[in-house]
Amino acid sequence: MSLIHRTAAELAALIAGGEASAVEVAEAHLDRMAEVEPKVNAFLHVDREVTLAQARSVDERLRAGERLGPLAGVPIAHKDIFTTLDMPTTAASRILEGWRPPYDATVTRRLREAGLVILGKTNLDEFAMGSSTENSAYGPTRNPWDLDRIPGGSSGGSSAAVAAYEAPLSTGTDTGGSIRQPAAVTGIVGMKPTYGGSSRYGLIAFASSLDTPGPFARNVLDAALLHEAFSGHDPLDSTSIDAPVPSVVEAARQADVSGMRIGVVKEFGGDGYQPGVLARFNEAVALLESLGAKVVEVSCPSFVTALPAYYLIAPSECSSNLARFDAMRYGLRVGDDGTRSAEEVMALTRAAGFGPEVKRRIMLGTYALSSGYYDAYYGQAQKVRTVISREFEAAFQQVDVLVSPTTPTTAFPIGERADDPMAMYLADLCTIPTNLAGNAAISVPCGLADEDGLPVGLQVMAPVLGDDRCYRVGAAVEKALESRWGGPLLKEAPAL
Amino acid sequence: MTDTGTTTKMAYDEALSRFEPVLGLETHVELGTASKMFCGCPAAFGAPPNTHVCPTCLALPGALPVANAQAIESTIRIGLALNCSIAEWCRFARKNYFYPDMPKNYQISQYDEPLCFDGYIDIEVDGKSVRIEIERVHLEEDTGKSTHMGGATGRIHGADYSIVDYNRAGIPLVEIVTKPIPGTDRLAPEVAKAYVTELREIMRSLGVSDVRMEEGSLRCDVNVSLMPRGSSEWGTRTETKNVNSLRSVERAVRSEIERQAAILAGGGRIVQETRHFHEDTGTTTSGRSKEEAQDYRYFPEPDLVPIAPDPAWVAELKAALPELPSVKRKRLQAEWGLSDLDMAAMHNADAIDLVEATVAAGAPPADARKWWMGELARRANESGVALAELPITPAQIARVTELVASGSLNDKLAREVLEGVLAGEGSPDEVVERRGLKIVNDEGELSAIVDQVLADNADAADKVRSGKIAAAGALVGGVMKASRGKADAARARAMILEKLGVSE
Repeated sequence: MSLIHRTAAELAALIAGGEASAVEVAEAHLDRMAEVEPKVNAFLHVDREVTLAQARSVDERLRAGERLGPLAGVPIAHKDIFTTLDMPTTAASRILEGWRPPYDATVTRRLREAGLVILGKTNLDEFAMGSSTENSAYGPTRNPWDLDRIPGGSSGGSSAAVAAYEAPLSTGTDTGGSIRQPAAVTGIVGMKPTYGGSSRYGLIAFASSLDTPGPFARNVLDAALLHEAFSGHDPLDSTSIDAPVPSVVEAARQADVSGMRIGVVKEFGGDGYQPGVLARFNEAVALLESLGAKVVEVSCPSFVTALPAYYLIAPSECSSNLARFDAMRYGLRVGDDGTRSAEEVMALTRAAGFGPEVKRRIMLGTYALSSGYYDAYYGQAQKVRTVISREFEAAFQQVDVLVSPTTPTTAFPIGERADDPMAMYLADLCTIPTNLAGNAAISVPCGLADEDGLPVGLQVMAPVLGDDRCYRVGAAVEKALESRWGGPLLKEAPAL
Repeated sequence: MTDTGTTTKMAYDEALSRFEPVLGLETHVELGTASKMFCGCPAAFGAPPNTHVCPTCLALPGALPVANAQAIESTIRIGLALNCSIAEWCRFARKNYFYPDMPKNYQISQYDEPLCFDGYIDIEVDGKSVRIEIERVHLEEDTGKSTHMGGATGRIHGADYSIVDYNRAGIPLVEIVTKPIPGTDRLAPEVAKAYVTELREIMRSLGVSDVRMEEGSLRCDVNVSLMPRGSSEWGTRTETKNVNSLRSVERAVRSEIERQAAILAGGGRIVQETRHFHEDTGTTTSGRSKEEAQDYRYFPEPDLVPIAPDPAWVAELKAALPELPSVKRKRLQAEWGLSDLDMAAMHNADAIDLVEATVAAGAPPADARKWWMGELARRANESGVALAELPITPAQIARVTELVASGSLNDKLAREVLEGVLAGEGSPDEVVERRGLKIVNDEGELSAIVDQVLADNADAADKVRSGKIAAAGALVGGVMKASRGKADAARARAMILEKLGVSE
């Protein structure tokens, strides 16, 4: 089997056993990237020399007997929203074109220290705002299952890179579903950890109270290994939780749901859901029952109000978070010809540097926070958020996890929803409640929809710091389906 | 929109006969913590521009704030010293507006949940106690510092370009806001000054800030409105900024009262606006109008967790507060046996702490007070500096008083020693040594001088011998002159009388 088809765990074992070097593994993936990137466009920045230098350094450290992490030598792609010392970081925006950060994000730094080798920086919707990666200032990323379709978003470059076998692992961020939805529509695993379980330091902020770094992989165990490698308390992020990381790797290996209580969210299904998605979802629920889980229906009536609340809270925070892009200290500067005031240069730069979706959200948020509107919009949305958290808490009194389809539909064609923000926003209908409540959720593949042959994701939601339950259920589903299918769902990127 | 500064004013007495002022004061105090409010950069003043900066205080993409625990503690101590209630739970909030010296284009501050609220302090003005109620004390971060180059005003309008120093960005800043202060009547300027003075002393006694107005570590915004006598409805207020000394606080209030009175008496209306105080003219000019003010879009800061001070810890902080300046003044006045007037004079001269330290270093209170309020006050006044800024320490003054008490120096020599210390010639002992200022204690040397003086002034000596003891004064003067002031006058007199065979 070629190196690019190995799992991260297998690659780590080969490198640790001296059967392959980090350099060989990195080269295999770099070669794959050179081959398929013209079609996929998953990466914004690739620097072969920087990557190979990192790989050589890891090989030397291993040869010197240094004990690195369990993923030492395994290559990874980082969403281009995490700062990296040796590669530019742009958040897929013109306003940060070519920006070289003077510091590593905590996620980047921890993985670097654990011996992972950075293959490059992946594409995203500008500042993580979108569900299709069409909002990138540097062109859309394509879905390796069907190049005319979206790879999900905002972490679409990270999902596509893994689905296209360009990288065994990647990082993403999930603010309203930006890891789980791309994972679902590309047939891979994506996890949104508990908010505060993974550090936001060095993650370019979209919505601070929602943004959560998380892992992508082609199987549940790999995702858990990556999750464990970058998680845990970070003194540089005040909102990071000072508690042990849930035993996610152990849970992924356990892969056992017997005796677990599983709740099906009643509100996620029916009108607006693609029949093929619902069919695969229902089969997955039946499968869990056959594996010994006790399945019940749970009603969470306020979950349908999550989407509008999210589209007040996230834009409000973004309108403030993105104020720093003002041409004064870094990034794009437009109109500084010696005659214009600082204020004019700021305005011209922001007009030229931000794309339409970013501007739309900044305007929405500015309005929602304005004096006289605050109580009706931002204040009200925060109340909804509290109600949703309470519904989750009540539900988790009855069941260990909740399940739903990750997305209402499979990957849609590029361009189909580009001019219809509301249709685009609906892609995150099932994922947003988890972000508002700050708990954990995973998306694992559960088959292909009959009508279009595209992947469907099963979402497993767990309480705050119950991340291990997501992996336990996800791994059980994966194991049972793979034995039914005779192997993984994604054996080869079909369109490549 | 700038006015010329040639504002019409009404004479103060007339203004006060027709209107009653209402004051409000917003004071910003930069805390003297080692590091900034939300990052680990040094908070020290005076470093080369843009050297105390990092991803967080430059607002680089992805950087996050972490609140400085020491700053929170200092703010709670300030609140306790101002008799405030301390919030059991409160949050930081973002105040959103664009300005080039504010890296994030929002300031992390507090909005409707201040850390401390509902306090008061009592101040003394004109022998009368005035209670100033405190609305709130909250914690925020300072902005960077813009310098506007070119143009006549030094302000952003009309400047050719501006430069920004971000060293100050993120330094912890405590804002102390009073409730409106009515009823001060014609003492309004003095009340404002006394309040800021008292605040400054409280900060100093808490050790939370160096409170230097000239360096901007204590900044004051003065709100003034007028209402016609007999009315109970408050007028429109203005907020005067750039008030950079205690004297300016007083002048700014006075100037605004005179300006607003002239406008109101002429049938005009006061524009709610920010005004700038000008040190040189003692007047204010219009800044930006609050009527076109920005909407700051405050919302709770999502990058930080709420502050929930443990009540037991707050109680410990309260118990450990130092003696507050007003209490200390009363105690010292009793200990030193001073009149209200003497104590007030020392307070006004900012001499109390210096005298106290000098006493602590061993000097008798009367002597310590005499030097600081006399010779040293005169010299400080001559060189236009504050007493505390004179290059001499309380310990050095104490040493000088000790040398006088032991008879090594007399007052005249002591003044010369002080002069030498102030001129940088070293410690009092070094100055005595280098300038050769020690009193002539050698009996033989003094005896020789006396003999010479008696020989040179035979007439005077005869007069003394014949019983006109008053004439001895001239002989003592002669000895002092001959010894270039280094003789002990009392000893010299005794020796003269002894040698002339008379006794008093």
